[in-house]
Amino acid sequence: MRLAALALVLGLLALPAAAAAQDCPQTTLGDIEDEVMCPVCGTPLGLASEAPQAQDERAYIQELIDDCKSKDEVKQALVAEYGENVLALPGDQGDDDLGDVLVYVIPALGILLAAAGIGFAVVRWRRPDTEDRALAGADGARLDDDMDRYDL
Amino acid sequence: MRRALSPVPIAAICVLVALLALLAYGLAQNEPDRSVDEALAAGERERAPELELPKLGGNGDGALADYRGQVVVLNFWASWCKPCKDESPLLEKWHKRMRDRGGTVLGVDMLDVTSRAEEFIDDYDLTYPMLKDKDGDGLERYGVVQYPETFVIDRQGRIAAVRRGPVDEEFMQSKVEPLL
Repeated sequence: MRLAALALVLGLLALPAAAAAQDCPQTTLGDIEDEVMCPVCGTPLGLASEAPQAQDERAYIQELIDDCKSKDEVKQALVAEYGENVLALPGDQGDDDLGDVLVYVIPALGILLAAAGIGFAVVRWRRPDTEDRALAGADGARLDDDMDRYDL
Repeated sequence: MRRALSPVPIAAICVLVALLALLAYGLAQNEPDRSVDEALAAGERERAPELELPKLGGNGDGALADYRGQVVVLNFWASWCKPCKDESPLLEKWHKRMRDRGGTVLGVDMLDVTSRAEEFIDDYDLTYPMLKDKDGDGLERYGVVQYPETFVIDRQGRIAAVRRGPVDEEFMQSKVEPLL
């Protein structure tokens, strides 16, 4: 009987915690650190492994996650502390819509141009050189004539 | 007769040269501004760049210009920086020594979490004024690349000395005391 009452009390105590956990937005440090910068290191936080400022920033993000902050709320808090430059993804910064588009379009264009260049080079490399072949043909005919003349 | 180089290698060379130029530009851009050090080495004092930043913990903005006519020991620091912790008691001691003689230490907390900076100030009982440089604007103006860095500014608003690293008693005695 006592055990059952104890179990009931423990269960009731656990209910609010479980409810809070359900309400808490699901985000992780790993999910956020690829999308924000380590301002002192000048690299994305995910790449700044052991720098003291990076460790401090990670601890701050983890505190915010533990306080049930969503990913967007964590980013807003980071901007309040470090300014807009802390955001690593182009779309996250300011209202520069053209810049946000160009930052994706230009590398894509670069890759397309590079692929086209490589394709062009491969096609050229594999295509027989008709001019050389024609010359070889003329040379060949002359050689044949010479051979006939000297009866070799 | 030699054949002309085909367009593909020419394009490849152009791309390579462009990439190298971009790399060189990037490296040049990341080079810290060392004009202050060069001027000091030549025995000259450069005018200190203007600095206007929010006061740490709110209450509006503060500026270097607020201390015009005073000797200012401008100290860039952050709460996570170990050498900053080591030098803080010395800066506090010198702030108390300077404040009645027309001088002050002015702290600039850089790229730091405000609550951590406030804890740091409490831990070390720092009483000198503090500004918050949240996006590194002051870092660029002063060419700060390491933590901490300290600039000694004379009464005419010119940089009289710089220490890139933690200050010590000898530096304060030799660079600050003569200006007071």
